[in-house]
Order: sequence, then structure tokens, then C-alpha cells
Amino acid sequence: MSLLRIESLSKRFGGVVAVDDCSLDVAPGSITGLIGPNGSGKTTVFNLVTGFIPKDSGSVSFKARTIDGLGPDRIYALGIGRTFQLARIFPRLTALENMLVPVRRKGLRALFSGAAWSHEKERAMEMLEFLDISHVASTLGGELSYGQRKLLELGAVMMAEPELVLLDEPAGGVNPALLERIGDRIRRLNARGITFLLVEHNMSFVMNLCSEVVVLHRGRPIASGRPAHVRSDPAVLDAYLGA
Amino acid sequence: MSLARSPHAWKMAGLVAVLAIALLLPVIAPDPATTNVAVFTVMYVGLATAWNIMGGYTGYISLGHAGFFGFGSYTLGLLLARLGMAGGYAPFLIVPVAGLATAALALGIGWFALRTRAATFVIVTIAFMFMLQLLAENLVGLTGGGGGLSYPVPPWGGDYFNTPFYYAMLALALLSLAISWRIRRSKFGLGLLAIRDDEDKALAVGVPTRAFKLTAFVISAALVGMIGGVYGYYVTYIYPQFVVDPLIGISMVLMVFLGGLGTLTGPVLGAVILEPAQLYLAYNYGASRLYLVFYAAVFLVVILVLPRGIVPSLGRLVSDRRARAGPSAPAAAKAVAR
Repeated sequence: MSLLRIESLSKRFGGVVAVDDCSLDVAPGSITGLIGPNGSGKTTVFNLVTGFIPKDSGSVSFKARTIDGLGPDRIYALGIGRTFQLARIFPRLTALENMLVPVRRKGLRALFSGAAWSHEKERAMEMLEFLDISHVASTLGGELSYGQRKLLELGAVMMAEPELVLLDEPAGGVNPALLERIGDRIRRLNARGITFLLVEHNMSFVMNLCSEVVVLHRGRPIASGRPAHVRSDPAVLDAYLGA
Repeated sequence: MSLARSPHAWKMAGLVAVLAIALLLPVIAPDPATTNVAVFTVMYVGLATAWNIMGGYTGYISLGHAGFFGFGSYTLGLLLARLGMAGGYAPFLIVPVAGLATAALALGIGWFALRTRAATFVIVTIAFMFMLQLLAENLVGLTGGGGGLSYPVPPWGGDYFNTPFYYAMLALALLSLAISWRIRRSKFGLGLLAIRDDEDKALAVGVPTRAFKLTAFVISAALVGMIGGVYGYYVTYIYPQFVVDPLIGISMVLMVFLGGLGTLTGPVLGAVILEPAQLYLAYNYGASRLYLVFYAAVFLVVILVLPRGIVPSLGRLVSDRRARAGPSAPAAAKAVAR
């Protein structure tokens, strides 16, 4: 039983086949790493799963229900969150407001009442404390350091209590100390029951953190399994080093 | 806590004073020359505030709001003509109908226009405005075309003539402000600000961006349409280039930029500064259209010197001074409601 199932997913941009008949499963409770050389289609898979770009063929199901044809906001509402390469946050909102934007509310009246209900604010502050950035709660997003933005983006995406989070290069451009903190927080969130699928180039980060690794090459998976197993797979070595 | 120490008490006192002056203005200064300036100033307070709900909060710059202004104007005029309504207070009660009609139009225009972003959106709104102007000119059977459309003339006169229009404009300006204030502090408003900052990111964290943008656009347009209706009744005679006037659309935008884009008080300040100045120039040097040069100059100064507008720049100055004096107010409390 998989939480996310991708079946025969394909996407081409003009003459370039970005994702080619790609099938993969993400097991509930796992931290699955999606690795592969540059241009192998990792981010495109993310964009297809989260509804940012339409697929050419194939299907994606979440908790055994198809999510084909849904827009990004609806997919997020179903419980799939994502972060972006190079940490995207709202620069002219405070860190706390950044945390409150993703909070879900039911009903039209709730939308037109106050921007921050006290229990929402409490939860947001708790999450900021968990990430060790509560001291910048009232700082504008645009004035935060890159590392703080990375943590803020991760925290904000957690606010709607997603079951699956797609992380696009969580370790990209981050110093070693912060890298350790990000890895630690992902592990602790995973221990609370959140499943992660992450794209990453930092191999030691992936090998330490992930329970499952899928290698993508030219838009299709060529190997998958435990990190140690995948690392020694000749097809993988070939894809990274060979022609 | 003494008054001098509490910025909140100061704010309330200032608000009450401004409101009292606004309400009593026709009593304090009843001469028609003054009330005429007051009618137009309060009209632009409403227009700029309504425009800001879309342009300021979501960052979608519409240069075509004059289209909604003219549409509201024509809707009210045509309704009054069809209903055979005589001049009096009753036409003011029809103004909300003009608002609803404009909302319906904005829903249709927004449905298409909001598929575009940034510069493309600006151009699409301009195109829609000129389409409306052309329609008003060419649907002669309906609108009277270039010959214009007459409103019923109000039965009151003399010094009192402007007063009911002043209060009608004031009511709509206050309504716009109340709605703008409410949105600014709501969950919906936070979503709009998120769209302004990064629309794709907002979508990724579950903000239904299309529905939100469209709602803001429709609210903004409906308010502008109602104000256009009152304007038509005030001037009693309208023709296409006069109400679907690009300059009206540019004026509201300029006022918001001068006062502070996306702030609550900025549009009010911008309108109160610019409209009397514009009328002064138009009445004194009208034939030369000198005020157009003045507008261009103001635009340049705002963009070069005050790109954020007066209100945010002053706010920055105050908070910098406070920061230098030492940390005081609890930061977390201020983190949300700015």
C-alpha cells in the first residue's frame, strides 16, 4: 500500500522528453529520496504531482484516490505540501504571516474574519520555535537570511498538516551547521508521521536521511531501494559517471 | 496610560476629528465653490480606496477602472431614464443597482483578464476600457452615443445644491474604507497579499488564487461603479469620453501610489492632496491643461523619491527612530496586524 502512486507519467516540452513513462511509489512513513543527474526530470515530476503543469499521460493517485486534473491549491488541500528550489517565501509579509497563509479554514465567513485566530497564531509560533526561528516572527520575509527562509518555508508548508511533503533541494546552498538542523527537523517531523519525498544533490545528506531512494535518469527510474543498495548499483554509477 | 504615550488613543482621536470635519464640512464651508471641491475630493477618496483593494492588495495594476466608473454612470443614467424617475433623493437609492450591474460586468471581464499577469494584465484592462468607451459611443440607440445622456435635474438649488451629492460621495467613500479595512485584516486579505508577493507560491500553499483575485476585482469594480453613478447624477450630463476617461483611471492609481500602495490610509491621503491641487490647476489654468504636466511631474517625483508612497515611508521613519531609541513594544503582537 503506497501513499503516493505515480503510474506511467510522461511529459514532453517540445522535442525534449522530460519525464518518460515514469512509475514510482512512495510508502507511507518513509523519507524517499529522488536523485539523478541534472535534467533527469526530478523537478518536473514534482510539478506534475502538485498540479503546476499538466501531464501528457499517466496518472497520479494519493491515498488510493486519483488526483489527476486537480489544481495546486486543491492538491495542497488534500494533504500534499511542497517547497521550492531556492526557498520561496512571501518577502513583504512577516515570518509569522508567512506561517498563517497556508492555514486552512472552512466556510466563507471564516475567510472574512481576522487574519490570525489565536490558536492558529499559537500553532505557528510553536512551529517557529521548533525550527529555532521564533525570534524573527515579526521580521519581514525579505529581510531573513537564506537559511532562515529555508526553515520558514518548511515550517509554513507544515501549517496545513499535510501527510506528504515534497521538498525540492532542502539542502541546496545551505551551510553545514544548518544542514544538520534541517536534516534533524525533517527526521523529527517524519517521526510524527509525515511522509517526505525529496529531490537532492547532496549525496551524503540523502544517504543519511532517506529510507528509500529512487534514481531517475532521462525521465525514468533506473534503480530504487535502500540507499546502500542503490549506491552500488552499476546502472546508477553509469548514469552519473558514464555517457 | 496618558494620551501622549498611547499611539492607539492618538489614532482614535485623529480618526474622530477627521470624521467630524468630513461630516460637518458643508455646514462649516457652505459656499458652492468649496463644496464642489469637497465632492470631487471625497469621490477620489472612494475611487482610490476601491482601486487599492485590487491594485494595492493583490498587486494587479488596473488602468481600466475608468471603464467601470463610466459603466456605473451610464447604468444609473439609463435606469433613471427608463424608470422615468424625476430628480430628487430617490435616484440615490438606485445607486446600489448600478453597483450590482458593474459587479456583473467585472465578473465577466475579470474572468478573462485575470488569466494574464503583470504588464499583460495592465494592457488588457486598458483595452477593455476603450472597448467600453467605443460601445458607449456606437450603441447610439441605447446610450445616445456621442450626443450624451442626460440625468434628471435635482429640484433643489442654490448653495444647497452640492450638499446631498457630498454626503452620497462621503457615504460611498466610507463604505469603501470600511470594506478595505475589513479585507486588510482578514484571512482573505492575507491571501491577497500573498498573491501580491508570489502568486505561484500562494497557490502551492492552498490559496485559491483565481477565486480570490476575482473577488477582489469585483468588489473593487462595484464600488467604483456606484461612485460613477453618483458622479453622473451630480454633473447631470455625461458622454462617453467624459466618464470613460483614461485620466480618471490614471488619477486613482496616482493617488494610491503617492499615498502608499496597499495601505489603508495611503489612498485617502493621496486623494486629499492631489484632487484639490488638480482642481485648482484645472480651474485656474484649465485651457492650457497644465494639470496634465503637473500629474506627470507628481508621478516622476513619486517614483524617484517616494517609490513606496507617503504612508509606508513615514511608517519606516517612525519605526527606525523607535528602534534607535531601544526595543519597546512587544514584537510578536505587532507581527500580524500592521
